[in-house]
Amino acid sequence: MSTSPEAAAETAGHGDISVGVKGSGNSGEATASATRITPGNALRPEDIALAVSRGSAKPSEDAAEFALRLGDDALILAQRLGHWISRAPELEEDVALGNIALDQLGHARSFLSYAGGLDGRSEDDLAYFRREHEFRSAALFEQPNGDFAVTIARQFVVSYYQFELYRRLTSSTDSTLAGIAAKAVKEVDYHRDHSAQWVLRLALGTDESRQRMIQAFKVIWPFVDELFRDDELTGRLSEAGAAPQPSSLRDDFDRLTGEILAEAELEVPNVQPSPGGGRRGLHSEHLGYLLAEMQVLAREYPGASW
Amino acid sequence: MASQTLQSVPAEPSPARHELSPEDAARRDAEGQAYFDKVMAEDSRIEPRDWMPPAYRKTLLRQISQHAHSEIIGMQPEANWISRAPSLKRKAILMAKVQDEAGHGLYLYSAAETLGQPRDQMMQDLMDGKAKYSSIFNYPARTWADMGAIGWMVDGAAIANQVPLCRASFGPYGRAMVRVCKEESFHQRQGFEILLELSHGTPEQKQMAQEAVNRWYAPALMMFGPPDDDSPNSKQSMAWNIKRFSNDELRNRFVGMMMEQVKVLELTLPDKDIRFNEETKKWEHGPLDWDEFHEVLAGRGPCNAQRLERRREAHQNGAWVREAAAAYAEKQAMKQAEKESAA
Repeated sequence: MSTSPEAAAETAGHGDISVGVKGSGNSGEATASATRITPGNALRPEDIALAVSRGSAKPSEDAAEFALRLGDDALILAQRLGHWISRAPELEEDVALGNIALDQLGHARSFLSYAGGLDGRSEDDLAYFRREHEFRSAALFEQPNGDFAVTIARQFVVSYYQFELYRRLTSSTDSTLAGIAAKAVKEVDYHRDHSAQWVLRLALGTDESRQRMIQAFKVIWPFVDELFRDDELTGRLSEAGAAPQPSSLRDDFDRLTGEILAEAELEVPNVQPSPGGGRRGLHSEHLGYLLAEMQVLAREYPGASW
Repeated sequence: MASQTLQSVPAEPSPARHELSPEDAARRDAEGQAYFDKVMAEDSRIEPRDWMPPAYRKTLLRQISQHAHSEIIGMQPEANWISRAPSLKRKAILMAKVQDEAGHGLYLYSAAETLGQPRDQMMQDLMDGKAKYSSIFNYPARTWADMGAIGWMVDGAAIANQVPLCRASFGPYGRAMVRVCKEESFHQRQGFEILLELSHGTPEQKQMAQEAVNRWYAPALMMFGPPDDDSPNSKQSMAWNIKRFSNDELRNRFVGMMMEQVKVLELTLPDKDIRFNEETKKWEHGPLDWDEFHEVLAGRGPCNAQRLERRREAHQNGAWVREAAAAYAEKQAMKQAEKESAA
């Protein structure tokens, strides 16, 4: 669905569902684009890796740690979402969830390529050769897919959180973080739309789907708080104008998710927040299995290139 | 692919035959047949609303839906490796590729629907074991190198088969194939690139690549269908301008392409009988095990049960979601209608 497999991978988002091929006969598709975003000038992970290796982009220690957090969030989610491809409720959702997974993977690659610039590690070094306690993702992202409602509830929270975060990051004093966020925010905007539409359908569809949607939010909501907790790192980044304090995103998140929940005739679940700890390497029991599967082949052949 | 007769037959065009007087029905058939014959003679296109012989409709419906099913079942062996892809770039490419296949399934089901059968029915036929899909997907993808071999050989064979289908006489099929073929050619290149990287990697990686090529070679050649003297439906399909070249012609051409490319890969094909026949100017290959082909086709391949069960499971698990979406759409439509009648 793109002009090259690489472009499909790297432009990730909505670029890869644009036609982008010349001369598809008289179907009128040759110049059509399924989305507004053209893949041609998008910031690719390879561009970041190149800038890092040339020394034209070098993260501060704090920026690298922050990029690691965001990169790990996106990577772990992409790994989860990838499981749906060939298992979704409809073919259209195989495509949609696959697309969101690809977007997230693209963001992960960009953030990790930048984070690795601190000590010369590549995106693959970081993804495949770190241990569980070295990952910096929040607990929400590693939550199991559950049924489709749980996946949608998780995606709904993630998309509204990431949108608010990336929107603010576009004005970061760190130009690489700003650049990655500028591309990502457009894609995450579609993810918001996709998950919000499904929240409405499931909550207002049948009795069964409504019960499942309510249950799914109960399962997911304990992991919301962690996303908005400030710590020393975010404090320093915020003072430097490099990143917003997570707590500063909360009002917009609550307001915008609240509008959809109200339309869906749902309440914010009354559940206790989880302590989390992923930003410090303390993960749930789920992450080890996910990493074991993701890393197995790369670790079987250390030093090999693929 | 072998013919099968269990698939549900589509509805007739409207008005249905029994609504017409015998004279009108006969007149419609005669006029339709004359137009159809003219289109075939001019090698131009039949569109969904045109009259077509029932057998033409049935053949196309079978072929296009089998093709769609093959895309959907074909997602599974590759989706199997998404979670374990050995680099993030390869993971992204593989995700995009499997996603493309879902897209191909969608175009093809849409093309088939124009012949009068809803997608749900086709899906049901697939899950009930009434409809076939390409047997190649009943083989397991054992190692990462299979991602390379599937892309290079299986998608390569699919392209050799499908490029002529871009000129198929049924418009929606031909147009869908244009887009499918463009994407397939990228898929083949990515498969080739995976093998190239492996064959230039460590000795273990090269061995992994060679073993995958060995495993997929014969099944890929059999994708073109039985030998010409054992392919009863081919002649009619060629007369209808659906099929343009015989199974053996396409297979031989594909062998020639692979022989060139395998040199670049610095791998070998597991067939000592491949040669270019100077007299016929055609490539030839060694004997294929057609008994195995028929076994797999009959449902006794390594993964037949697994593939169908996975499809059924996904479909069943998604039932409540589809019901919810339909109920929501209905409620929204009712709200809209109420609004309009109040206005």
